[in-house]
Amino acid sequence: MSALSDQLVSIATLVYLLAMISHAVEYALGSSRAGAVAAPARELVGAAVAGDTPVAGRTGGGAVVSTVAAGRAGRTARRASLGGRIAVGLTAVAAVLHLVALVARGVAAERMPWGNMYEFVLTVSFIGVAAWLVVLVKWPFLRRLGLFLTLVMVLLVATAELVLYTPIVPLVPALNSYWFVVHVSTIVFASGLFLLGVVPAVAYLMRAGYENGKRSFPYTLARRLPAAAGLERLTFVLHAFSFPIFTFAVIAGAIWAEAAWGRPWGWDPKETWAFISWVVYAGYLHARATPSVRRNVVTWLAILGFLTVLMNLFGVNIFFEGLHSYGGL
Amino acid sequence: MTAVDDRPATPAGLPRRRGNPLLALLRNSWRQLTSMRTALVLLFLLAVAAIPGSVLPQRGVNPEDVRDFYTANPDLAPLLDRVGAFEAFSSVWFSAIYLLLFTSLIGCITPRLRDHVRALRARPPAVPKRLERLPQHVVLPASEGGTAAVAEMLRRRRWRVAVRGDEVSAEKGYLKETGNLIFHTSMVLVLIGVALGSWYGWHGNRLLVAGADQVFCNTRQQYAEFRLGPRVGDDLPRFCLQLDEFDARFLPNGQASSFNAKVTVDENGGAARQEEFSVNSPLRLDGANVYLLGHGYVPLIRYTDRFGGIQTSTVPFLTTGDIGLTSEGLAAFPDANVDPETGVRNPDLQVAFSGLYLPTAPQEPPFVRSEHPTEQNPLLDLVAYRGNLGLDAGIPGSVYQLDERQVRNGRLAEVGAKQLRIGESWTLDDGSIVEFVGTERYIVLSVRHDPGMMLLLVSSIGLVLGLMGSLFVRRRRVFVRLLPVGPADPDRGSPTDGSSLVEVAGLPRTEHPGFAAEFAQLVAAIGGRSGDAGTDPDAPVRAREGAE
Ligand code: HEM
Repeated sequence: MSALSDQLVSIATLVYLLAMISHAVEYALGSSRAGAVAAPARELVGAAVAGDTPVAGRTGGGAVVSTVAAGRAGRTARRASLGGRIAVGLTAVAAVLHLVALVARGVAAERMPWGNMYEFVLTVSFIGVAAWLVVLVKWPFLRRLGLFLTLVMVLLVATAELVLYTPIVPLVPALNSYWFVVHVSTIVFASGLFLLGVVPAVAYLMRAGYENGKRSFPYTLARRLPAAAGLERLTFVLHAFSFPIFTFAVIAGAIWAEAAWGRPWGWDPKETWAFISWVVYAGYLHARATPSVRRNVVTWLAILGFLTVLMNLFGVNIFFEGLHSYGGL
Repeated sequence: MTAVDDRPATPAGLPRRRGNPLLALLRNSWRQLTSMRTALVLLFLLAVAAIPGSVLPQRGVNPEDVRDFYTANPDLAPLLDRVGAFEAFSSVWFSAIYLLLFTSLIGCITPRLRDHVRALRARPPAVPKRLERLPQHVVLPASEGGTAAVAEMLRRRRWRVAVRGDEVSAEKGYLKETGNLIFHTSMVLVLIGVALGSWYGWHGNRLLVAGADQVFCNTRQQYAEFRLGPRVGDDLPRFCLQLDEFDARFLPNGQASSFNAKVTVDENGGAARQEEFSVNSPLRLDGANVYLLGHGYVPLIRYTDRFGGIQTSTVPFLTTGDIGLTSEGLAAFPDANVDPETGVRNPDLQVAFSGLYLPTAPQEPPFVRSEHPTEQNPLLDLVAYRGNLGLDAGIPGSVYQLDERQVRNGRLAEVGAKQLRIGESWTLDDGSIVEFVGTERYIVLSVRHDPGMMLLLVSSIGLVLGLMGSLFVRRRRVFVRLLPVGPADPDRGSPTDGSSLVEVAGLPRTEHPGFAAEFAQLVAAIGGRSGDAGTDPDAPVRAREGAE
């Protein structure tokens, strides 16, 4: 079971890689044609901003426009779109493999697969990709963001596999509690959503630059991305959704720490970085509600927030020693 | 999005407003402090200020690390200590930031609380004159029932409704602001909870050795480490604990799988009772909780001095941190070799054994590291010392460690070393005998009382619920106006003549992408009953489309 899980993880990494390549193909083919399709893309997201439900209705309209455009640009566009669809299919396949690998790991360990950093990163990245697929079903025109997402997935899963891999061991007694399950599952869930939130955040920064006329390297990548306003909104929706979950997770952790160590909060490095992440994300939500703060700055705060989450996932386990040091490294 | 930044200036109520520059300065600073921007900056500062506390060792987390840091950086450490870097979270700078932030918070929510209470008690505002300016707007033929039916429909959908003549105003989503205020208020309560805990709480740590002669009663003197909040009275809750049995299970690789401590509790002098507790389920007593933090072994070392006097050491050996529970300790006999004839204690004939205990010693030397935390091959490695232990010098020494200064200045001399298994004994050069009798278990306890805990729990719940209300609820308004029956109004694109019309408009007060759909549903409910598709061909249809 454990070996099966390990193999599935390797295969899933490969499939993510293939998905990334397909996305890249879509990108390459797509950007060979000038802004012809960028305009409908902007219109689409304009609709997304106007309302959740009308999007579905309008996408058809957008598709009409893009077929018209495609008629002009010939086969390339169809190939690009095929590449994109293949990429999404591959991402879904990889996600299923990823899930099965996690389940197999859990079955082999006879517990939830969140006992060490390896399992933790695998689960967080799975949540990220699963949430991405949900987002895609809701807003299919965001497909091009898949390039960034699959890149993140390849990096994370490969790091997990190559650097963090740990053989299966049961939990130490301190981790053996209901609150642990609640705490870790919600932390994992929120982290996965934060991870996904970074994708539109980065895309927004690039696209906003592009829309402001920047034509240097990272901004040119954004030519075929959906309009900046829609990306910014998606970033907010994802963060607004995961912030309460994250808050709850931290509180659950405090309840568990009270039972295990006698104090709900002790400023151990892991707790300190959770606090930092929480404050940064609170800052993000605040900044977004403050009219005088520019959206670029706001979005950078979201990215900063995720960097602190990464710090907690990797950095704290590697650099610091604390009560939470069961990272398994 | 509520435009919170631009809170209206305080009304010019003071007569001599310009006259007092100090007051003006104060008022201005207060407005600065309670602005959203300041809150943002302070939040950011708070995050940054928390970083040193995770990078540098903290006394509250691990005092030994701080000591090690001192040894490693003898020049830097005292400087850092001066600015409170080893107690970063109670340092002046950290406290200053969060106190400012909370002042700002209170200054920010108080007026909002007042406004919101007012809004909750007020009726939804009157219908604006020019409804067509609102983001959502349609005109459709009126169904029967008039304003009463519309109001009834809106109330059923849990809108707050005000009917004024031919006009209906409705508002929904007050829970957003309520949630936001609950969230921010809960933040203040969390801080109060923490403060209560540190003023009125106390905690102490100690080791408890198994056995009836090792009972521990809850007094200050009984703790190795103790912290009493400044407002705690002198008497701690009275209870006594005796460790009857400690059960620890391990996997073959040495990792712990479960712990369980059985104790006899004697609370407030009542009848003794049996209790069990373990790592994730503390012993909750009246006025204090007892947590199990660790465990280890006590080698029982019996020493028979040259006069035949017998003493047994039951001092715990502290674990060194490895998975096999290799432990170090000291068995000191300051009262050894007292001549029974004269009763004179010779301070130069005190005896101590410093030792290393391996629960599962390897088969081959070196015997320095235990291979497993259970006692599969127990081995005690002793070094004997004789001389003055330095216990009378008045300098408090550790009971777990030999006073090395006495060895260095020659008052204490090493007189041999030997490895003993259980039951073995060793005769020293002066004919005295040391015997490894066996072992006993000990556990590490933390005993705590934190009166802020309940408040923390309640305010945490408020935090999460308030946040959900604040982030997921949307505030919006709808206005309905029955138009007088009249001639066609070409401006509104309604060519009907003679039939009554109703004008409906909607205003999302916060960002609300689903509002168009919701509005369309309301419009359908208002106009749908007439069964007529409507004379204004566009408006309701477009709205309905959105609802699909
Ligand atoms: C202890 C520090 C604080 C934390 C952790 C915090 C956290 C938050 C969070 C997470 C939100 C998002 C919820 C939402 O968007 O409705 C929020 C909203 C808000 N906060 Fe704070 N806050 C703090 C202090 C303050 C202060 C000092 C002010 C006043 C200057 C303030 C005013 C607001 C306002 C007006 C909103 C609503 C924004 C909106 O309309 O969406 N907060 N806060």
